[in-house]
Amino acid sequence: MKNLIALVPLLPLIGFLVNGLGRKHLSKGLVGAIGSGTVLGSFLISLYIFFKGPLSATPVRYFDFIQAGSLHIPFAFQVDQLSSLFLLIITGVGFLIHVYSTAYMHEEKREHFGRYFAYLNLFVFSMLLLVMGSNFVIMFIGWEGVGLCSYLLIGYWFKNIDYTKAAKKAFVMNRIGDLGFLLAVFWIIAKTGSVDFGTVFANVGKLTSADITGITLLLFLGATGKSAQIPLYTWLPDAMAGPTPVSALIHAATMVTAGIYMIARSNALFAHADVTNTVIAIIGAATALLAATIALRQNDIKKVLAYSTVSQLGYMFLALGCGAYSAAVFHVMTHAFFKALLFLGSGSVIHAVSGQQDIRFMGGLKGKLKITYLTFFIGCLAIAGIPPFSGFFSKDAILLSAFEHDKFLYVIGLLTAALTAFYMFRLLFITFNGSFRGTEEQRHHIHESPAAMTIPLFVLAVLSIIGGFVGVPDVFLHGGERLGAFLSPVIPEAHHEIAHNTEMLLMGLTTIIAIGAIVFAWIRYRNYKEEQNGSFGRLLQNKWYVDELYDSVIVRPVNRLGAVSQKYFERSGIDFLVNGVGRLVNYGGRQLRWMQSGQVGSYVLLMVISMVLFFVLQFFLRK
Amino acid sequence: MDIRYYLFLSLALFVIGIMGVLTRRNAIIVFMCIELMLNAVNLLLVAFSKMHHLAAGAGASTVGSEGQLFVFFIMVVAAAEVSVGLAIIVMLYRNTHSVDVNFLNRLKH
Repeated sequence: MKNLIALVPLLPLIGFLVNGLGRKHLSKGLVGAIGSGTVLGSFLISLYIFFKGPLSATPVRYFDFIQAGSLHIPFAFQVDQLSSLFLLIITGVGFLIHVYSTAYMHEEKREHFGRYFAYLNLFVFSMLLLVMGSNFVIMFIGWEGVGLCSYLLIGYWFKNIDYTKAAKKAFVMNRIGDLGFLLAVFWIIAKTGSVDFGTVFANVGKLTSADITGITLLLFLGATGKSAQIPLYTWLPDAMAGPTPVSALIHAATMVTAGIYMIARSNALFAHADVTNTVIAIIGAATALLAATIALRQNDIKKVLAYSTVSQLGYMFLALGCGAYSAAVFHVMTHAFFKALLFLGSGSVIHAVSGQQDIRFMGGLKGKLKITYLTFFIGCLAIAGIPPFSGFFSKDAILLSAFEHDKFLYVIGLLTAALTAFYMFRLLFITFNGSFRGTEEQRHHIHESPAAMTIPLFVLAVLSIIGGFVGVPDVFLHGGERLGAFLSPVIPEAHHEIAHNTEMLLMGLTTIIAIGAIVFAWIRYRNYKEEQNGSFGRLLQNKWYVDELYDSVIVRPVNRLGAVSQKYFERSGIDFLVNGVGRLVNYGGRQLRWMQSGQVGSYVLLMVISMVLFFVLQFFLRK
Repeated sequence: MDIRYYLFLSLALFVIGIMGVLTRRNAIIVFMCIELMLNAVNLLLVAFSKMHHLAAGAGASTVGSEGQLFVFFIMVVAAAEVSVGLAIIVMLYRNTHSVDVNFLNRLKH
């Protein structure tokens, strides 16, 4: 079992090494097969572990990673209910994305194709390390790994300077969060003397409430970076610079769920930090609402989806802040299905219209892209929360816990749900309904994607429909909430004290609002025409000018500080000193050149003169 | 005899050696001058050794023998040096048909 568990992250690592080193020699077919095959292998092993293996919190130790004084950090994995669920999501959805990529990226050159799959495999490997680690340090390795891989993949088309900038932005934003995480880990080591999940969580009682609040706030800062929450969310929409399957991988299966996973994993800590929980809930709700409003007016098909991801992540954080950890994990799962579906669907659309991403130049694709349309439609229904699609159950679990926790947050959540339904169906109608608005050449080119792309869409569509049934609430089915019960060894089960009638009422309300929003979108965007934005619309289209704000408040002052330091400290300070020493030695050497004449006699003479001088000096100095 | 006689003789020999090394161009004479300097030092060592022995009195018979020992070492080393040095001079003569030390700087070319 121990070796089998090690094989789960090891297979993608092998795939990374083979594809990365052999990218110039392996054929595209082989690269694709290795890339997908290794992840499929991990998925099958994860399935086996999930169904057969004893899922326990006992760490599986491999070797001692760090030994320093009294601090022992073993390299150990922990495969319990929570991590095995994440393993399935990561490898399962990851595998589908790999398969999809083989078709989506087939026009790339062989070398870059290999590079792409190597990065993809490394990404999966890092994420597996992150969820399997049995202590904060192993988790941190994976945490950094996904940050690195996101940088590499967002900047995959590195010749485009804007894409490179987007990659750097993602990396820097992540670094800010990582610093918080790192500080939290140090704090934990200082107070508990261990980084092992089991030990740390068992010793929560010994920590003061100030410690817990500080640690959890820092951990949450890490989560805001990785999971794109206010104030560090701006990298995620820019991450659209990468190839579409990469967006799917980042947004659905891996990276952004890392923050949720980390907080759900550390629920023992967060359960004792009321201040942090309030902060998390407020930031989650604010992010959900803000991102949803921005998504209303975006015209890039991937940007809309990106902001919807930020918004859905906000939901998850809202749930975490309300203490509904299993609801958050549930939403991670369903979100992985339908968001991967939507992203891959958008990739299929972009593929069909020759790389066009602006929905204003699409339209009427319904007839030509039947499979894409159908699956995209299912994805939209799922994310909008229409019963019985998966998004309905998970979103409802979150809204229910928000309702119990704080009515105001619930109202924001409800509003966001309405906005979500509206902008998703706006996207759907503009893209697929009406008439085609692109060029004539593009119109001729429109074609349904190959099977390697449509089959993952089908699988994800099915999962988006049925994925929610693992968490059907008690109201509908006695003995429901199977997911919560499954996760109960890791996450204490939440007990809803809410009356069944109220619960039904809330669900009805959510559904009616979502359907209303869809109908509204249908009326408005069924036959899309170019529309003039009002001033508020422009504000939304420009994303509340948050990027510009960051630019003027942080980026430009830092740049200016850098310029000043370069001028005064670097040039006339350090450079002056360093170059001065060099010049001095050079000058001195030129002045002393005459002594090195090459004549033996002159050397001897110099020797004698200096010896005589030495004796004379000594003679006088002795006195 | 007074130690000063030895001192001045030794000094004179040493300075003659130095002047020879500095001014003469014939390699063999330079070589002999080096020998002269070595022997000047030997003379000093022996003289001081004897003086030391006398100052220590009759009881300590071995006192001051180190200086004499050094002299033997120096003579052995000088003999070895002479053999190597003469060999170099022979080679120098074969290559340049002269024993002028100023031609030795050709080694750098």
